[in-house]
Amino acid sequence: MIELDNVAYSYGNGPALLSDVSLKLAPGSFHFLTGPSGAGKTTLLKLCYKDLQPTLGHVRFFGVDGPELSRDAVASLRLKIGVVHQDCQFLDHLSVAENIALPLTVSGRPISASDLDDLLGWVGLSDQAMQYPQELSGGERQRAALARAVMTAPDIILADEPTGNVDWDMSLRLLSLLVELNKMGKTVLIATHDLSLIRASKSQVSTRVLRITGGRLTLAGADL
Amino acid sequence: MKLSNLLVLATDRQADRIVPPTGYTVRLTLFTAASLAFLAVFALALSLATSRVATQWSDALARSSTIRISAPQDQMAAQVAAVESILQTTPGISEFRVLSNEEQAALLEPWLGAGIPIDALPVPALIEVIEAGDGFAAEGLRLRLEAEAPDAVLDDHTRWRQPLVEAAGGLRLLGLLSLLLIGCATAAMITLAAQAALAANKQVIEVLRLVGARDSYIAGAFMRRFTNRAALGATVGAAAGVIAITLLPGTRTSESFLTDLSFEGLGWITPIFVPPVVAVLALLATRHAAARVLKGLP
Ligand SMILES: Nc1ncnc2c1ncn2[C@@H]1O[C@H](COP(=O)(O)OP(=O)(O)O)[C@@H](O)[C@H]1O
Ligand SMILES: [Mg+2]
Repeated sequence: MIELDNVAYSYGNGPALLSDVSLKLAPGSFHFLTGPSGAGKTTLLKLCYKDLQPTLGHVRFFGVDGPELSRDAVASLRLKIGVVHQDCQFLDHLSVAENIALPLTVSGRPISASDLDDLLGWVGLSDQAMQYPQELSGGERQRAALARAVMTAPDIILADEPTGNVDWDMSLRLLSLLVELNKMGKTVLIATHDLSLIRASKSQVSTRVLRITGGRLTLAGADL
Repeated sequence: MKLSNLLVLATDRQADRIVPPTGYTVRLTLFTAASLAFLAVFALALSLATSRVATQWSDALARSSTIRISAPQDQMAAQVAAVESILQTTPGISEFRVLSNEEQAALLEPWLGAGIPIDALPVPALIEVIEAGDGFAAEGLRLRLEAEAPDAVLDDHTRWRQPLVEAAGGLRLLGLLSLLLIGCATAAMITLAAQAALAANKQVIEVLRLVGARDSYIAGAFMRRFTNRAALGATVGAAAGVIAITLLPGTRTSESFLTDLSFEGLGWITPIFVPPVVAVLALLATRHAAARVLKGLP
């Protein structure tokens, strides 16, 4: 579905942050992407939803090479890839419910009130629907971001540090939501520096754990 | 103008919430559109009034000339008769007539007062000549008059009419130029305001792109906002301009060659076109600004 083929990336004229990265997100798979802070996890995710273009190599989306996608095709692609951004990326002048429905609004699709209610209930934000993003706690923001990511029923969910600013209980709750999505057949990729989260997932789902070290992507073994 | 651009204006109220209140830039657009529409109405009035004046002056004056005969009393009748026979054989003249004493008195009345004994004054005889078709050859007529009625002078108005008609033509050009400049200034101001709004909302636009908005959707939301405000401003401005023009003191009398700076007849309809033109300019300017900003985003 998303395929990185010998990808290298460097910001501006700087040194290569990522090099020789190859990765295939097969349908229904569950990946973790780990590595120390600053390793390039967010950068790799941005390559996966075409926010960044690789310096070298190819990124293919559903079989199509990145540069061949028109701007409108990229917009459609983003409806098929749900992203939980590290900084959530809400529009502060819209309510939580409006933010969650945003992918449908901008793509001109009808918004079903009951679907939206179900989704808000699923992430436990029914009472916060009419609030504004800046009024939410860290965990509530992350759950709202997850709700927005799945609003368009995407095939793939990319989550960048979805448990970034939340306590352990909330981390587990978010993890179980993502596992639930995977069980529904979605492809899931979670970037996190939190190894205990990865360990906690072991009992729930079979995962592949990728690690970025020194700009390279390696498959992590049993050392976790 | 593509139809889709117009449709974009009519659809999707919900999308307007997507763009956060653009407060200051949109108020700037409103004010600019109002001011420039106000000025545009005046420029329109100027253009229409001057072309009216130019046409009136060249029509009215080109059609009629005057022959003045200041002969001594005993030769007057002979010279008038001579002039009349010349005029009868001159091509390009539809009619002519000797002004009666009463008409002359009426002409002199504003200067000399009523009841002047016109017979007692050495006033010249006046013959009004109305041209036909392309008119007569003034130089040829002058030569013949000189030969047969030495005291007759042809006043064909050309001498003083020409600079006036030219002045009116120049004013009309000035009015049209003003309209053009006002149009350009409108487009430029709205481009700047839209660009400022787009730059201020770069974050919002990035988020919209990230959640799957097409460029046309984002541009459309900004285009609607700015086009609506520009149209609103221009409507207010144009209406104020029309009211201001109606309140101008009129100088017109039916006889006067001077025309007020005002509209006449169908001319009153022209200000209606100011708001749509401003709206179209705003639409194109915002679309242009949006295309530039969006091109820079992944
Ligand atoms: N827009 C940018 N321009 C230049 N350098 C950047 C930019 N974004 C991130 N970086 C740098 O790239 C490195 C990796 O960043 P990131 O991918 O966010 O890492 P991670 O998500 O693993 O913490 C960091 O050193 C960061 O400073
Ligand atoms: Mg990161």
